[in-house]
Amino acid sequence: MNPACPLQLNDHGRLRHFLSLDGLPRELLTEILDTADSFLEVGARAVKKVPLMRGMTVCNVFFENSTRTRTTFELAAKRLSADVITLNVSTSSTSKGETLTDTLRTLEAMAADMFVMRHADSGAAHFVAEHVSPNVAIINGGDGRHAHPTQGMLDMLTIRRHKGDFSQLKVAIVGDILHSRVARSNMIALRTLGCPDIRVIAPKTLLPAGLDQYGVNVYHSIEQGLKDVDVIIMLRLQRERMRSGLLPSESEFYRLFGLSEQRLALAHPEAIVMHPGPINRGVEIESSVADSPRAMILNQVTYGIAVRMAVLSMTMSGQNEQRQLDAEKAAQQQEAH
Amino acid sequence: MLPQPASLIEEMAAGLNRHLAERDIQDPRFVGIHTGGVWVANSLLQAMDLADQPLGILNVSFYRDDFSRKGLHPQVRPSQLPFDIENQHLVLIDDVLMSGRTIRAALNELFDYGRPASVTLVCLLEINARELPIRPDIVGQILSLPQNQRVKLTGPEPLAIELRNLDQE
Repeated sequence: MNPACPLQLNDHGRLRHFLSLDGLPRELLTEILDTADSFLEVGARAVKKVPLMRGMTVCNVFFENSTRTRTTFELAAKRLSADVITLNVSTSSTSKGETLTDTLRTLEAMAADMFVMRHADSGAAHFVAEHVSPNVAIINGGDGRHAHPTQGMLDMLTIRRHKGDFSQLKVAIVGDILHSRVARSNMIALRTLGCPDIRVIAPKTLLPAGLDQYGVNVYHSIEQGLKDVDVIIMLRLQRERMRSGLLPSESEFYRLFGLSEQRLALAHPEAIVMHPGPINRGVEIESSVADSPRAMILNQVTYGIAVRMAVLSMTMSGQNEQRQLDAEKAAQQQEAH
Repeated sequence: MLPQPASLIEEMAAGLNRHLAERDIQDPRFVGIHTGGVWVANSLLQAMDLADQPLGILNVSFYRDDFSRKGLHPQVRPSQLPFDIENQHLVLIDDVLMSGRTIRAALNELFDYGRPASVTLVCLLEINARELPIRPDIVGQILSLPQNQRVKLTGPEPLAIELRNLDQE
């Protein structure tokens, strides 16, 4: 592998794994969105299938529970005509690194072409991508607090379809930023796509250190932060990740940072409301707001299938291209001798 | 001498009308293969006095048979078929027929939308290099090219045919 090339990209700069949005150029992110648009059209047909990944095997390896992400990845792979296996691997392990490589060896014996991975440890997907056999693609379905790149892209598709040009938008991300891989992926994507005003709204206890590297504007008051925004992304309060009392209570959080009708009125009159799901009614968001026509929450699920189809097919495409390039290189070296 | 698309299209329009009349096909729906086929289709519909007919646009990127070797083209666009395919007579239009694989991909894709009553194939040019048993019902001109040459339609206004040397690309 070319040492100058980042792990995710092949020799031509095309996706060969999909691990994180960090370092991916704007053109590539735009291409993912454009490709997803085409797959949305496929989802509107009677026969919602294209033969791109026919005969290939996609293995979903979920070390963390997930229904929504897992099912949309399954649907995406099936609509590409791939064969899909889903493994819910138990997380009871002694040493994480050891288990991961052992599990990986077992999985490789199944000769899957692609693994979609979700793991509780940040960096797990990168680790696997570094150690997996060549021509096997790794897709990150969420790793610890680090990244959830397909969620980031489906959020961007939602924004582009309903709000258009990123360079004209004010986008607010509200809630438990500290524990959220979705927030990280969104911040990176928005910056790469040229959003000039990315706002992060959270209590100090739910903000990570080092936010300046993301180029975002931090607000501790939701009333201040929501003024005139075009897009509001509400994050779920990740109770299972909070190991210490970072908040007094859920009702306190709602009182200070919940998206009520009143607070929504502070935003642009045509602002849209997004949430990665599942929503906690009355904790992050008022029920009536979640059910209003400005909420894109269910659209996000549909877009998620299209985006995952785009990512899976583009990554498989990059793997195929690299295999071709490697074969050509080997042939040339043969001739030289 | 390379052919002029405009005059070819006049002849093709006449040929197509005869072809459809012989088979008693009335009111077919037209589908162009993105991009060149769509340009030819629009031109053809003009020549047949059917400019206000809805035109379907097929993007066959997801049905190509070379995905495992070449991967996805970086600029896919959605297909748009603004009419029902089920039991419909179709006229499928492309600019250049070479191996026939694009047409095969187009047929596969069309059949995922529904079962057409018939498909009539119209091509502006046919290059004598077919790899599959697929022929146009109506063709503007048949050309023979040396191995290292390709032909390309530029457009949409004006439509023109260019010769390309593969070695120079």
